[in-house]
Amino acid sequence: MLKIRNLESGYGKIRAVKHVSMHVDAGEIVTIIGANGAGQTTLLATIAGLVKAQAGDIVFRGQNLRALAAEKIPALGCVMVPEGRQVFASMSVEENLILGAHVLQKQGRQVLEELLEHQYALFPVLRERKGQLAGTLSGGEQQMLAMGRALMSRPQMVMMDEPSTGLAPLIVREIFQIIVSLRDEGNTVLLVEQNAKAALAIADRGYVLETGKVILQGPAADLLTNQDVQRAYLGREKIDEA
Amino acid sequence: MYWQQENECMSRADLEQLQLERLQSTLYRVGTHVPFYRQKFREMKLDYDSFDSPADIRKLPFTMKQDLRDNYPYGMFAVPLREVVRIHSSSGTTGMATVVGYTRNDINNWSDLVARVLSAAGVTADDVIQIAFGYGLFTGGFGLHYGAERLGASVIPISSGNTKRQIQIMQDFKTTALVCTPSYALNIADVMMDMGINPRGLSLKFGLFGAEPWSEAMRREINEKLGIQSTDNYGLSEVMGPGVAGECQECNGLHINEDHFLAEVLNPETLEPVEPGEIGELVITTLTKEAFPVIRYRTRDLTRLLPEPCPCGRTFTRMHRILGRTDDMLIIKGVNVFPTQIESVLLGIDGTAPHYRIIVERENHQDKATVMVEVKESYFFDEMKKQGALIETIKSRLASELGIGVAVKLVEEKTLERFEGKGQRVIDKRKI
Repeated sequence: MLKIRNLESGYGKIRAVKHVSMHVDAGEIVTIIGANGAGQTTLLATIAGLVKAQAGDIVFRGQNLRALAAEKIPALGCVMVPEGRQVFASMSVEENLILGAHVLQKQGRQVLEELLEHQYALFPVLRERKGQLAGTLSGGEQQMLAMGRALMSRPQMVMMDEPSTGLAPLIVREIFQIIVSLRDEGNTVLLVEQNAKAALAIADRGYVLETGKVILQGPAADLLTNQDVQRAYLGREKIDEA
Repeated sequence: MYWQQENECMSRADLEQLQLERLQSTLYRVGTHVPFYRQKFREMKLDYDSFDSPADIRKLPFTMKQDLRDNYPYGMFAVPLREVVRIHSSSGTTGMATVVGYTRNDINNWSDLVARVLSAAGVTADDVIQIAFGYGLFTGGFGLHYGAERLGASVIPISSGNTKRQIQIMQDFKTTALVCTPSYALNIADVMMDMGINPRGLSLKFGLFGAEPWSEAMRREINEKLGIQSTDNYGLSEVMGPGVAGECQECNGLHINEDHFLAEVLNPETLEPVEPGEIGELVITTLTKEAFPVIRYRTRDLTRLLPEPCPCGRTFTRMHRILGRTDDMLIIKGVNVFPTQIESVLLGIDGTAPHYRIIVERENHQDKATVMVEVKESYFFDEMKKQGALIETIKSRLASELGIGVAVKLVEEKTLERFEGKGQRVIDKRKI
């Protein structure tokens, strides 16, 4: 699905992503974990075309994204759910969702209805609030709306930047369960998270980013038991290992 | 027949991507955590950030056996000891042994890789597998054991030796797969004949043999005598142990587990890659090891790659069975023996002269080593009893140094041929 090789990216002279190689296979949840400022958001923004890569390749379904403008990328099936949701506060929930389908605009009303129905099934709370202004939603509901809006374009891969930020633990659990059900429906998810434990618990594989570099990668289960990861990102020494 | 089909049959392009990712993070970890590599990288002014493809491995320094010895016991570990859950030691070398460690994830991967080798050979969860490799510091016994358990087979951890008991258990427990050295398999076959047991009356179906070089002729003989299909497998403790490579049922070369090991075949003199398919020294870089990663470890084993695709469907490159060693190390009964080890024992014993020969032969399919050593004149003309005691002393010192028993013959001073220049002290009469 996605293959990144030796990617360098950043802002001006600052290299925030240093020689990163990673891949995402179809049907996987892959997580990128790391401390705040380790370069994950820059990495996602570079894939999405919002930040220009300085070197390396980003090959998405056989096509190199590096040469493409940001607005061309969602049409290829690669969409992002940005950090902080960024829903359109003064528009209704349903209007926000419909905006997400703009890349499919020529497909007609019926396709749109089906897609809306699909999102409402996935996020029942959005159906209840469909006429409400997005700005009046709670944080968790806005996150769901941002996810639903991304899914409206029927993407091949969804990138999510810190979906748990600022949410109560109970809501975080719900969001993560939805991500799992997305994968179970056959979607592919690239998930950036500071909540490493929750992310690794649902991911198939993971990459650990530190100051812009991949310092560890592997099956999520292996990273969970890796003591470097535990010390640095899971916030504990594993002394209770039976 | 596949254990991890997604990996074993992955496309070469996906494999190359995975190797690159794993190599890059391995380089980062060894460059940060292993002083030996940190220093080497610094000396060579290596910017391992500039690695763009697995082929860039050629820029990296080699790791030699001696480097591992110099860092005895834990100097090459990339994690603190408290994260290490297992320690093994190489199967017996000169003077100082080498020590290797495994984290929990390493053991987990190792188990899967050995399970792949077993599956490729035809073994399934329905099999009863008799592991006649030595258990202990040697990686062979435990390596196969964990892999067989992971596979779900019924494991008989009988360890090596006591051939009659091996056969008794094989009969009573209805063993279907035998794991040992090829020479021991033949020995077992012969003892069976002596005991009047027809191997074809047993349940035995598969033999997985390794830890020493063997030939196609020997495979035919084993298959014939035991009525089994035998496959070769390869590993070395410095890299992991068994599970590095193994034959599938095509019996035509060993698939290297390339998602965990990057293999190169180099000319041992120039250290440049040989032409595809040419014979050279196998050099291995680990891609996933946490506790004991090695970069370009020179195995000293000679082989060649078989680039043609295998009908079994595995995409991992095959290597020819090991063709020999680049140095003078002998593998006797599966144990590594250096002539220098024998020399140092002999030199430490009063009454012997520093002139010796090591004769290795194969008798009844078992390796037999005889050390002929010159004895100082004064000693030799003394009474028989004293000679007998000397032989016993040499034997027991050699046994404790080498870990295997060797025969000892005393000869008069100046009877062994002297050399001009490089000496040839080893006479290997085995035909492999």
